[in-house]
Amino acid sequence: MYTLSNRLRLFSIILVVVGLIGLVAGFATTPGSIEEVKEMMASHDDHGAGHGESVAAENEVHAGNTIHAEAPLDKDAHEGDAHYEHILHQLQNKPWAALYIAAFFFFMIALGVLAFYAIQFAAQAGWSPVLFRVMEAITAYLVPGGLILFVILALSGFHVNHLFVWADPEVVAHDALIQGKSGWLNGTGFIIRAAIFMGGWILYRQFAVKYSRKQDEDAVDNKWYKKSFKISAGFLVFFIYTESMMSWDWIMSFDPHWFSTLFGWYVFAGLFVSGITTIALITIYLKSRGYLEFVNNSHIHDLAKFMFGISIFWTYLWFSQFMLIWYSNIPEEVTYFITRIEDYKLPFFGMLIMNFIFPLLILMNSDFKRLNWFVVMAGIMILCGHYIDVFNMVMPATVGESWFIGLSEISAVLLFLGLFLFVVFGALTKAPLLAKGNPYIKESKHFHY
Amino acid sequence: MSSKVIHALYKDDDLLMQAVKQTREAKYHIEEVYTPFPVHGLDKAMGLAPTRLAITSFLYGCVGLTVAITMMNYIMIEDWPQDIGGKPSFSYIENMPAFVPIMFELTVFFAAHLMVITFFMRSKLWPFKQAENPDVRTTDDHFLMEVDTTGHNVEELSKFLSNTGAVEVSLIDKHN
Repeated sequence: MYTLSNRLRLFSIILVVVGLIGLVAGFATTPGSIEEVKEMMASHDDHGAGHGESVAAENEVHAGNTIHAEAPLDKDAHEGDAHYEHILHQLQNKPWAALYIAAFFFFMIALGVLAFYAIQFAAQAGWSPVLFRVMEAITAYLVPGGLILFVILALSGFHVNHLFVWADPEVVAHDALIQGKSGWLNGTGFIIRAAIFMGGWILYRQFAVKYSRKQDEDAVDNKWYKKSFKISAGFLVFFIYTESMMSWDWIMSFDPHWFSTLFGWYVFAGLFVSGITTIALITIYLKSRGYLEFVNNSHIHDLAKFMFGISIFWTYLWFSQFMLIWYSNIPEEVTYFITRIEDYKLPFFGMLIMNFIFPLLILMNSDFKRLNWFVVMAGIMILCGHYIDVFNMVMPATVGESWFIGLSEISAVLLFLGLFLFVVFGALTKAPLLAKGNPYIKESKHFHY
Repeated sequence: MSSKVIHALYKDDDLLMQAVKQTREAKYHIEEVYTPFPVHGLDKAMGLAPTRLAITSFLYGCVGLTVAITMMNYIMIEDWPQDIGGKPSFSYIENMPAFVPIMFELTVFFAAHLMVITFFMRSKLWPFKQAENPDVRTTDDHFLMEVDTTGHNVEELSKFLSNTGAVEVSLIDKHN
């Protein structure tokens, strides 16, 4: 049995408190009116000069995505207030977007682990059963993390904040494209779908964990194992549909004028690799504390291979999406990447280095994949890279060029990191770390590659 | 030069593995082992050095990537930078996404083919090569361990090998 050390508990509580304070400060320091924005921008004089020039370009780039879709381009007449109002909305969105990104990021880790867990069952993998309890503990975050995300989604879907443009009736009234999509993109449908997705995922999680525990007590005939196998297969079918729709709802609808067919897969690859990386990191941590004596470096090697392979898979999808849109250069599609390349150059291309080049070179060598510190280093890089990936998907549509990784962003990450650690390590104490009833457990203990 | 070796034949790969371990422990030198299929762990039991084929493959891949970049940079950007459908041929980086599929394929092509050729050369395999099989049964269901007799009593060694479970032990004059 794992016992949660007081230091870890204290550490996670401190993270939550610090994150919460920082986030409240982030919300408190957002400007409330155009006048405050003007003041703020005047105090950054050198900065303001640069902004004036880019007004026209900005209006073009954001045309359609914001309230200023029909703002006339003749600068003299409207530039002043329309521009400041635009900036005001971006700045007001900033802490909300930071909160949303962090909430989604940690939720997607738990979801990625859940998908990985189900695949291990459906594939009857012989190497991974010793890691099942670690995976079950990580998926415990689905419930609290999902609830928080659900509340944020509900607030946004009903326009308490301005995260989703399509939720703003004023925008929709002037936007024929969003009107055409309002059959799907409306607050009620949005919430109902979110409830179905999360309900299904959490339901699978609860039953899978329950069966796994029961299999420990009653391994005769593998009754519970077989049930687990069946619901895992069913869950995977449900998951691949809901995950795809989830990515349209929760990520792609930030840019309601834009669409991409492989987007669901792209989001999936990101969450899958983050989930696997988290399994590897927590396994290495627990092993270093002496809790997983049956895990050997071949298990780590296998996890690292998955991290390596799925990182490349993610890059493949990223590039397929980018290159097809770049190549054909259709204006209605390509604005998505133009805003990102113009305003987010460093995060947009930096994430490619973190998510592709780095794991490619670090994790290619078979010997390196057995070294804990190598896997940890690559893992931290991959997780940071995928945080920035989500950042790149959400921020351009919500805060535009007013982005910055500052107080709100870091605080939100700390808040959810603390919660994540607290829930996951708390869940680890609930059951023995070896799923001893699993029919493959012996093979897994002797797994050697 | 002629040398005498002993061929010990086994009918089972478990037995062979055990024999290899015993022979190595007794400090006899194993010249070669012939098996009809890969025996898992045999290389470790024999104490063979790990292969460096993967490293060569990585380097060949780097060569392939360089060839692809150099070639397309010369053809598309330097030699005749035409406007083809509005693609920006001003610098390599501006038009790079269009080149990635070729960069990828050539990397894989070089890495795979040159590694295979390296493998053939290092293991001395080519068409019309004289087969080196000492006993035809080793391609079907027998395992053969060839042990060097130099400096050892042949009688004693034969007895030792029989005791390891060999079904057949024979002294062979080897001409190389």
